[in-house]
Amino acid sequence: MSIVQNTAETKTGGTPPSGLSEFWYYFSRNKGAVIGLFVFLFILFMAIFAPLVAPHSPSIQNRDLLLMPPVFQQGGSWGHILGTDAVGRDILSRIIYGARFSLFIGLVVVTLSVVSGVLIGLVAGYFRGKVDTFIMRIMDIILAFPSLLLALVLVAVLGPGLVNAMIAISLVNQPHFVRLTRAAVMTEKSKDYVVGSKVAGAGTLRLMFLTILPNCLAPLIVQATLAFSAAILDAAALGFLGMGAQPPTPEWGTMLAEAREFIQRAWWVVTFPGLAILITVLAINLMGDGLRDALDPKLKRS
Amino acid sequence: MFRFIFGRLAVLIPTFLGVSIIAFSFIRLLPGDPVMLMSGERVMSPERHTQIMHQLGLDRPIYIQYFDYLTGLLTGDFGSSIVTKRPVLDDFLQLFPATLELAFCAIIFAVLLGIPAGVFAAVKRGTWLDQSIMGVALIGYSMPIFWWGLLLIIFFSGYLGWTPVSGRISFMYFFPQVTGFMLIDSLISGQAGAFKSAVTYLILPTTVLATIPLAVIARQTRSAMLEVLGEDYVRTARAKGLSPFRVIGVHALRNAMIPVITTIGLQVGVLLAGAILTESIFSWPGIGKWMVDSVFKRDYAVVQGGLMLIAGVIMIVNLVVDLLYGWINPRIRH
Repeated sequence: MSIVQNTAETKTGGTPPSGLSEFWYYFSRNKGAVIGLFVFLFILFMAIFAPLVAPHSPSIQNRDLLLMPPVFQQGGSWGHILGTDAVGRDILSRIIYGARFSLFIGLVVVTLSVVSGVLIGLVAGYFRGKVDTFIMRIMDIILAFPSLLLALVLVAVLGPGLVNAMIAISLVNQPHFVRLTRAAVMTEKSKDYVVGSKVAGAGTLRLMFLTILPNCLAPLIVQATLAFSAAILDAAALGFLGMGAQPPTPEWGTMLAEAREFIQRAWWVVTFPGLAILITVLAINLMGDGLRDALDPKLKRS
Repeated sequence: MFRFIFGRLAVLIPTFLGVSIIAFSFIRLLPGDPVMLMSGERVMSPERHTQIMHQLGLDRPIYIQYFDYLTGLLTGDFGSSIVTKRPVLDDFLQLFPATLELAFCAIIFAVLLGIPAGVFAAVKRGTWLDQSIMGVALIGYSMPIFWWGLLLIIFFSGYLGWTPVSGRISFMYFFPQVTGFMLIDSLISGQAGAFKSAVTYLILPTTVLATIPLAVIARQTRSAMLEVLGEDYVRTARAKGLSPFRVIGVHALRNAMIPVITTIGLQVGVLLAGAILTESIFSWPGIGKWMVDSVFKRDYAVVQGGLMLIAGVIMIVNLVVDLLYGWINPRIRH
């Protein structure tokens, strides 16, 4: 008897892996994704503890040290590792504080566009018919404009600034979530488990949110990661065009806009804020690739 | 096929109406009213204000104003600039070739480099070549292109002095703008060095604008190729003893192209959004820079007309891509 039990044990391999450990197994197989995760956690740490980590205040101007080059170049010093900008502010400190803005923008934009996009997409995909047609036509209208142009014009109407930039970027990002949710809901809705719980007497809201939605989450999580990095890029672009965060906010795009006139004289004022944007966005996109490997059942090789 | 075309056109009409409503309400959502916007800094008496409102028909019910705006659009009246008083359509038609030339060069560059890169990565899957191509593609995909443009200017224009910083062609050359496309016009003019000058002005903006489409196309080609390379007909082609070049180039690539063509079609919006940044950095006199400048000059009539025209271009391009796609792949039609 015991032998039989033992074979049964080895066959199933003990308890089935929990969702989280299975997720981590696939995620950690993608080396890039793990690197991206660590870089992202590092940036997050910097952002949260900016006042402790940053060597200087992001706004104090040192009139004696204008456009000082970074430490590894002639004339640089360890006091200002990445040099100073045109009014003598420490670039490293401004970049560290800037991480707060970029991550905050990403978080707010993704939350706004995911919550509204998923709700609208769920309604469109679940009810179909006229409601669906109406919603999708509106999404078509938003998608008929280049996203950055629409965001730019919206900010022009609302007035330049970080909050309005976030609202505008959320609005232009949201149709992607509507389309994705709608498509996923439409595939899930006709499956047996949904029909089953409908027959068992589940109400509309229960079917929508508890039965169908959890099974549509995988593509949404991947899209949310991509939207996070896209939001950081768009906000920086608006800042660069002068329509996002306003100076002297140490937002990376705004820093680039301020630095633009010094590109021939002081390469560092332009290079480092942009590098910060690139590294942050790259880390998030690497994680997004790993998430897709881990969450998309079609790509799982086992 | 006719039913397919008709269906697509029918979907386009509500989108067009919606876009026109957005463009129409844009000016009315701004603080103040259109007359105050037009008068700008000047002070205007309330009587004069009412009089102009009446002259322009702005005191009529909103739906009549919208209907007027719509009939105007259909007859090619997109309003006039508040600053220069020139019709928006004229400015658009004059500036659009510059954007078109830039976008066209960028997409050609992205396709010519992106498809071979994706094919190589797929064929050499898992090797260092695949990993480096995909690594570079991911960096390109994550690139803040306005910063990328500044870096290229610092290095190629500032440090090496190879390329000019802004504009479309050197001031040394004067010739009639026959087509509006600098590359073609400079060739027609027959002036020595004009074409070369136009090319040097075009290189950096093209590179910057092509960066993201290039990365997207390379990634998409690789994944489409990987899918196709696992198919039975590719194995059959290999078993028949066809050369690897023929198997990959003819049997695999042709079937992998359908999703890639869709991706290329989707890049049109990306290119126009990218043109806003690229043209601003390189002072490229196209519609992207025109829109940004108009937003800053508060020339909202131009912004309104430009929004409508740009959305119109995107809708037409999407329609053409849809129709082409339905023509290539008959399954889509139903």
